[in-house]
Amino acid sequence: MTPRDFVGRIGFYVLIGLVTAFFALPMLWLVGTPFDEQPGLALSVPDPTLGNFSELLDNRFALPSLLNSVLLALGTAVLVVAFAATAAYSLSRVRIPGRDVLLYLLLLLSSIVTGTAAMVPIFLLMFELGLIDSRVGVVLVLSGGLLPAAIFILKDFMDSVPKSYEESARVFGASAFQILRDVVVPVIRPGLATIAVWTIVNVWGNFLVPFILLRDADKQPAAVLMRTFYTEGGAPNLALISTFSLLFSIPVVVMYLFVNRKYGFRFYGGIKS
Amino acid sequence: MAAIKLDGLTKVYPGGVRAVDDLTLTIPDGEFFALLGPSGCGKTTLLRTIAGLEEATSGSVRIGDRDVTHLPPGKRELAMVFQDYALFPHMTVVDNISYPLKIKGLAKDDRLGRAVKAGDELSLDGLMQRRPAELSGGQQQRVALARAIATHPQVFLFDEPLSNLDARLRLEARTFLKRLQRDLGVTTVFVTHDQAEALAMADRMAVMDAGRIRQVGTAREVFQRPASTFVANFIGSTPMNLLSGVVRGQAVNVSGQIVQLPGDARQHVTDGQDVVVGVRPEYLSLSQSAADGALRGVVAIVENLGTASLVTLESDGFTVAATVADGEEPAIGTDAWALPIPGRTLVYRREDGELVDAPVVAAVA
Amino acid sequence: MAQQTTLPPAEQPAPAAEARPRPATDVAGLGRGRAAAFVGPAMVLIAVFLVFPALWTLYIGITNYRLTGVQARVPEIVGFDNYADALGDPTFHNALFLTLVFVLFSAVLGQNLLGFALARSLATLRPVLRRVVESLVLLAWIIPGSIVAFLWLALLDRDAGTLNALLQTPGLAWLIDYPLVSIIVFNIWRGTAFSMLLYSAALASVPPSQLETARLVGASRWQTLRDVVFPHIRGHVLTNTLLISLWTFNDFTPFLITAGGPNDRTEILPVYIYNTAISGGQMGYGAAVSLIMLVINLIIALFYIRLLRERR
Repeated sequence: MTPRDFVGRIGFYVLIGLVTAFFALPMLWLVGTPFDEQPGLALSVPDPTLGNFSELLDNRFALPSLLNSVLLALGTAVLVVAFAATAAYSLSRVRIPGRDVLLYLLLLLSSIVTGTAAMVPIFLLMFELGLIDSRVGVVLVLSGGLLPAAIFILKDFMDSVPKSYEESARVFGASAFQILRDVVVPVIRPGLATIAVWTIVNVWGNFLVPFILLRDADKQPAAVLMRTFYTEGGAPNLALISTFSLLFSIPVVVMYLFVNRKYGFRFYGGIKS
Repeated sequence: MAAIKLDGLTKVYPGGVRAVDDLTLTIPDGEFFALLGPSGCGKTTLLRTIAGLEEATSGSVRIGDRDVTHLPPGKRELAMVFQDYALFPHMTVVDNISYPLKIKGLAKDDRLGRAVKAGDELSLDGLMQRRPAELSGGQQQRVALARAIATHPQVFLFDEPLSNLDARLRLEARTFLKRLQRDLGVTTVFVTHDQAEALAMADRMAVMDAGRIRQVGTAREVFQRPASTFVANFIGSTPMNLLSGVVRGQAVNVSGQIVQLPGDARQHVTDGQDVVVGVRPEYLSLSQSAADGALRGVVAIVENLGTASLVTLESDGFTVAATVADGEEPAIGTDAWALPIPGRTLVYRREDGELVDAPVVAAVA
Repeated sequence: MAQQTTLPPAEQPAPAAEARPRPATDVAGLGRGRAAAFVGPAMVLIAVFLVFPALWTLYIGITNYRLTGVQARVPEIVGFDNYADALGDPTFHNALFLTLVFVLFSAVLGQNLLGFALARSLATLRPVLRRVVESLVLLAWIIPGSIVAFLWLALLDRDAGTLNALLQTPGLAWLIDYPLVSIIVFNIWRGTAFSMLLYSAALASVPPSQLETARLVGASRWQTLRDVVFPHIRGHVLTNTLLISLWTFNDFTPFLITAGGPNDRTEILPVYIYNTAISGGQMGYGAAVSLIMLVINLIIALFYIRLLRERR
């Protein structure tokens, strides 16, 4: 190794170190502060305690908002997985005229009609339908937005499953329903799991849609409620914010680990866990 | 057990492709029958139409004394082994074999008994609790066969059953499959693009092209007397010599050289007619000295086939290949003479490629 | 951040090649009727909650729709007034300009370059180290926006923030003095993971034999990058740039940090629409601005889909 290479190598590691620090710095607060006797905004070596977690119980809205997040996430996941799976199966196996055009159109639509660009009509639509302050309304809007991509991904998945599985079952005399239950669903289970996790993580972190559609703090999910902890006047309750943040982020981190372990994150990286 | 009768069977795909074209064929009870042809010739479509996976456009399919043309596949009492075996990846071997029986409504004990029995017959005992992904290609194939056997069908349909095996295993599986079919005596139709496989295994075969049958017959008939230049080209591990020529009296003039017309062909040709003389390399005897009625050429290439060698002679206007026994290859660059063995020369009409003694069919526009 | 997710990746494996020219029209014996019933529910949801809102934007944009008052009950058609207002409104110009700067520096340059650099250098790191850095970058991407927004508020806090402590600049109010820079850096931190993943996959697809050939002929690292690596990943660069631009353009998370302030200095288009339409109640005007946004989205997405189809 020449001295120049050596200096270059050192420089490289210093750069990697800086980038790592850049990404780690904001997150360190989340790891330390919840367990700090005197939670502050600055990073500090914690004086270990679990006392901060009692704040979660003291706040009337904190835990129920997490439950709301669970309801929204599961509700949307059920709708998206069920509807996307049936649609993808049909589109993959039955020659419906104009199928490919339809798929690309859906894809185009879902990528341009984002929550941000369509917040005005969506807000008005839900207003007219009387679905403001309704968790069902939020689930429906989120499902509508996530379905096209879910169908697209599942159809690709379905296309890679040999058609001979179903044909072979038909030769045995299995009915369409038996084929679905005994062959198709078990075979595409990994795809369904991926879509479910993908939906849950998306809904879990979504702020905008519940923010504009839910006014009642009793119905708001954690993503929306959390903002009220630090934007409403007075000094923010750091014990509450830190413990709440930790609890709120654990599920997505766990699911990330699950997907990573089970299917390899790299492969599904593009669809964002 | 049952015979299969196809009558005027036609399958036209949306878009107008005639994959199976007005096809009539009878496969007697218990026969091992091969559908042979190049890819895209319609053989797989024909098999799938017999299975009911494709709806016939017109014509009928009968299995035994039942007209099954409009029955769904599950009601036709047949079993099919797919090219990729279609073993369900999430089921164990025993579940895979007994799944069709479950669909047919057999009680759990019955289906387990039959599955185990079929598994034993194909030496799958010990593998019954594994999943398909944990099996070798040959084992997967036997599971697919066991699954088919366990249903006690009237007819077996095999779609390229050997194509997913490696070369050595394929030879073993050929013998195995042939013996299995003989033991069970179930009418079997199998699709293959490999002529050697069809010659080795089938009782009879149909050579297909463009949705039509070009020839039906036993392996010997098809090999020795191909009905057309198409079949002649397709059958045989070394391609048949096909030499264009013109009839001159009792012989054919092939680029200036003379080949005697076989006796049975003489009455079907006229002087001056354009013909193609066909003779297999195996039916040419090669000598280093001039012989009457032999084709002369210069030895250009010698290819070793193992027990024999294929010698290619080049002459003005044509090349001709002959096989010689191992050790008797002539030197490259020397002259050699290829003499047809009597009775093994075939003469085809040049205009439609059929044998000269075949009836002339009005040319298809 | 649902908007970050609606496009599938270009990295999906291509569907398996079909063995024979697909004859079957219905392999599962589903039948046309049941097939339609299977597709139906999804299509209804998409039609009502995705297609209809997009089309309705066209109508709302030409009315003086408000949430309260007379116009709430009987909105009047005002034609293209809203569009004319928007195009002549300096606050809209400001929002559009801020958005362009935000997208250019945080996505097109920031995430793109940092993601590529990370993908390239991580490949040479030891696996343990590599996994640590990757996980950190990914965590920044998957933790809910509400949380990361607060993490950054804490980091940048004027009095007790960690950044001021580290840089020895007590009392520097980053979010007031440098608000746009702050959200740009924040968005780079937040979104680099996608570029890193995509470029990692892209770099892995460069045939090693070509890299080895370059080494054999003595090409420098820069020459190898330019002549061997880049031609291979050009499509990925375009894909990545389009996707992250689209997502950043539609990102609402900066609202959680600055809410558009101070004095509209971080009021990017999404925040501008929220402030005028949802907060301010001017639905017609908000819809007009939304439509402009939809059109910009459409243009980016059309480029992307063309790219996708070319590569299939």
